[in-house]
Amino acid sequence: MTSVITVPPSLDDHTFEQVVEQLASIPADAKLLVDARHTRWASPYGLTALLALGQTRQERPSFAVPETEDTASYWARTGFFRHADELFDLHGSVPRARAGESSVLLEITAVTKSEDVHDVVGRIQQKAQQILTKELNIDAKATVGFAMTLSEVCQNIVEHAGRGGWVGVQTYTWRKRLGNRRVVVIAVCDAGCGFRESLESAPGRVRSDRWDDAAALEEAVIRGVSRFRDPGRGQGLAGVRRYVGRWDGKVSVRSGTAKIAIVPSWDDDVPLLEKLAPFPGSQVQVTIPERVAGGTR
Amino acid sequence: MMMHIDVSTVLRQTLSCELYSNLVTRPTGAAVRTQIEALLADAREVSLTIIDFSHVGMIDFSCADEVVAKLLLRYVAAEREDREAYFLFRGVTDDHWDAIEAVLERHGLALVLEDEGGVARIVGMVNDGERAAWQKVYERGRTAAADLASALGTAPEACERLLDGLHRRRLLMRLDDGYVAVGGLTNVHG
Repeated sequence: MTSVITVPPSLDDHTFEQVVEQLASIPADAKLLVDARHTRWASPYGLTALLALGQTRQERPSFAVPETEDTASYWARTGFFRHADELFDLHGSVPRARAGESSVLLEITAVTKSEDVHDVVGRIQQKAQQILTKELNIDAKATVGFAMTLSEVCQNIVEHAGRGGWVGVQTYTWRKRLGNRRVVVIAVCDAGCGFRESLESAPGRVRSDRWDDAAALEEAVIRGVSRFRDPGRGQGLAGVRRYVGRWDGKVSVRSGTAKIAIVPSWDDDVPLLEKLAPFPGSQVQVTIPERVAGGTR
Repeated sequence: MMMHIDVSTVLRQTLSCELYSNLVTRPTGAAVRTQIEALLADAREVSLTIIDFSHVGMIDFSCADEVVAKLLLRYVAAEREDREAYFLFRGVTDDHWDAIEAVLERHGLALVLEDEGGVARIVGMVNDGERAAWQKVYERGRTAAADLASALGTAPEACERLLDGLHRRRLLMRLDDGYVAVGGLTNVHG
């Protein structure tokens, strides 16, 4: 029997939880169909997280592509189907990817090794400057920090995940919270070992009374703890937090059964969510909003 | 002995790739530092090395930790008996500074930066007294502790301790009976 997971019409970091909840009761070796036929929109987080979902399955799952032509061709332009084809048996009409999608700042790209991070950073720099300054009214100086942020979140995969993941960067208009303002979003998702397991592998680690995915995220994201004893480690995510804080952005990290977020004033997300349905690896999203006169809001 | 190391050249040699001008990822940083250390292996007991970032596009935190912090920790903070290695950092722009500043703070390190006009300044984790003493030595050229004490209006013993501390951190060079600021060699005879 094939289990079916329905992808919500609008797929982002919040609605992906509906996918994870459906997945929770399905054994990893069960036959699975991921049904995205009625999905109309997906954020880079949604798309890269779907790829991570494919990575979790022991038996190659099936994937029903969106029926709406615009949606399917947009997903094609993000490079989603190119990677999905390696993980899923695709069903439905898969459009050919065409160039020219300006909102796709970085096509979905596989990250498995250090060279991939060089490639990602090299590809994004020029386009990022143009988008950040012209579309988001952010100082050109922010471009380097943006590339650094991208580099550090991608390196988390290389250094800690134990398997490959994906990164995607996109700009879009955020109607829900920011009143039609533009945002640029970095999403980096993998189905690797996740933060808790990574920190548990630290040599000589003493377990505390409270130790779970939420505690691991607090240690890594808030306190800059790393599995390496080297005191220079753990600076990457601290740097990401600093950058995001400077540009009134948001960063959220989901791992295992918890999600932590540095929440700016324009957003109403919860800083720490616990006891979520389990999903392996780590899923990171960085959002930088357009700047308007007098602040971001 | 003075040596000039162009970091972007080392980066390209390390990666065997002309396309990359960014210092990103920890493995890249470790490889670049290893290459720099190999170049330093030929240096004499006392050496001044210019670490030139002029042609480096950007540097991330992980790479800054490997290339800058660990280099300083190995040669400077470790107070090696066999080697007096001094470093002057050149070509560091705002694009590099965020990452470098973060790792200096993290490890309690300081270094000397030289700007485009050839003017040097001390940056990183130094207190006001250390900064003032370093600046005065930089402006004066070779300076004895007693002379600096009168210039700063402090007790000679306190001044000696201050200068000795800056020398241990390889921010000042000891020359005969005086001190010279790293980056201030042109002022020695001035």
